[in-house]
Amino acid sequence: MTGAPTKDHYSLSIRILHWLTAVLVFAALVVGFALANVLADYAALLMLHKIIGALIFIMIIVRIVNRLRHDAPALPATVGRWERRAVVGSELLIYATLLAQPLVGWAMLAAAGVAVVIGPVRLPSIVPVDAGLYALLRNGHSVLAYTLVVLVAAHVSAVLLHTLTLRDGMLGRMAFRTRRHVVRHEQ
Amino acid sequence: MAVNRRGAVGVHLGVKERPRLIPSSWASASIDRRGVLLGVAAIGGFLAVDLGTVLYARGPIGSNGRLTPQAFIDAFRRVYGLHPGFRRNHAKGVAVAGYFDSNGNGVELSRAAVFRSGRTPLVGRFSLPGGNPTVSDSVSASRGLGLAFGYPGAEQWRTAMLNSPVFPDNSPQGFYDRLLASKPAADTGKPDPQAMSRFLAAHPETARAMATISRQPPTSGFGDSAYHGLNAFFFTSATGIYTPVRWSLAPMASTGAPAPPGHGPNLLFDNLIRDIRSGPLRWRLLVTVGEPQDDLRDATIAWPPERRVVDAGTVVIDSIDSERRGNARDINFDPMVLPDGIEPSEDPLLSARSAVYAASFRRRAGEMGSPPAVGVNEVAQ
Repeated sequence: MTGAPTKDHYSLSIRILHWLTAVLVFAALVVGFALANVLADYAALLMLHKIIGALIFIMIIVRIVNRLRHDAPALPATVGRWERRAVVGSELLIYATLLAQPLVGWAMLAAAGVAVVIGPVRLPSIVPVDAGLYALLRNGHSVLAYTLVVLVAAHVSAVLLHTLTLRDGMLGRMAFRTRRHVVRHEQ
Repeated sequence: MAVNRRGAVGVHLGVKERPRLIPSSWASASIDRRGVLLGVAAIGGFLAVDLGTVLYARGPIGSNGRLTPQAFIDAFRRVYGLHPGFRRNHAKGVAVAGYFDSNGNGVELSRAAVFRSGRTPLVGRFSLPGGNPTVSDSVSASRGLGLAFGYPGAEQWRTAMLNSPVFPDNSPQGFYDRLLASKPAADTGKPDPQAMSRFLAAHPETARAMATISRQPPTSGFGDSAYHGLNAFFFTSATGIYTPVRWSLAPMASTGAPAPPGHGPNLLFDNLIRDIRSGPLRWRLLVTVGEPQDDLRDATIAWPPERRVVDAGTVVIDSIDSERRGNARDINFDPMVLPDGIEPSEDPLLSARSAVYAASFRRRAGEMGSPPAVGVNEVAQ
């Protein structure tokens, strides 16, 4: 890590979008899981879930474009070659899952012959009406939801381990307050 | 840190680096006991909150004693047994199709396209209640009709109706308790009368509704039955005015005719098949306009007969088919699938029906079932 000095955090737009996504994804997951478990609030939660899902889909597209326009800050020296692969791989996997999940939700309703209604907007159908396809997509929506739970758990756990145990300032890359943190650079 | 040291040696010797449990890169950090404890505590705390929230939202944590869609699926299974591929309720049925000829009268109340003058195709399904797909027909059994106007378009209107003027329950808990109380006893094959009387004592609204229902004796078949949407909805006009309504279908065939000849387990369905073969069946679509004093949250109470009724047009059923892939078998008649111009009321049954129908549809859509009991081609001309 010698050579040109690198920024120690992501650009402001990336950090804002990241934390907005975190809140939305957490809300979409909690509301989505609750949907399979409630009666009285089902209709209201379903509406909320669709709104959040649509927001996440738009957000992820904005984030991909934004991420390509900005460089990431260097990873701390504590992140070795193999861990770096895990970091990049899991980041790509999270992007892919977050992009796929709203589409699968939309497609599964289309397969059931139901339009996705979000306020005044009625989305067109994107797959043929087919109950077997619905079952496949509906189960896929659940599998992706649990996948996201695992990915988020791993993502947060890794950042906490790095930040608190290895004390390499990992969280600072995505944080808003610039901490007076001594980042241990390789000399 | 033996692993790290070995790893460092490996690098020195030029041996290909392999991932280790503790990466050698972590050696550049000064790890102390406090940091390890802090990291473990934070990760443990986060995972506990994160996974705890998921288990609370999805269940089972905190779901005990609370009615869930799964509780209904389990109750139907307990009462009727497991019948893969079939609806958990209204399991026995037949697919139909036809159209709605709107006379334009409904436009005054609702801006939904279906009420403009003209024709909207529809698909539907006649059914018997209960989770047994091979139950024997009986004239005294109540009958269901699900319709999907404009299926599968974006402005669809789905409704699941019964031939009774009111619904026996006004809450999901009432429906659930009644379902379990109606479970046939193992020895007699009939519901335990004591369980039902205990249920009715605890649910006076159901006792009242049953009395209302029994005042309207069932007709001879599906084709001459009236069907009722039961729950209240709002119609919204082009100018944004909300009107509370209930809808129903009034048969245009004569009612009270002597029961047509026919016997056997599919008596009602066989007659329906013959009826539709001999000509289309017709119903008037009637929209009853609620008044402020009408309870929009209670499907057990009939609205007074003097309420204004708008005749919105004619529902025509002109084709019938055995349930099969791609027809009404594969439609979830979710009463919350509504076009712009119709909105749900606050009736708690609506959201609960939507949730339980979705749970039933999800399960049966992924199951291989046996053929339906009603085979249209098996009925003699």
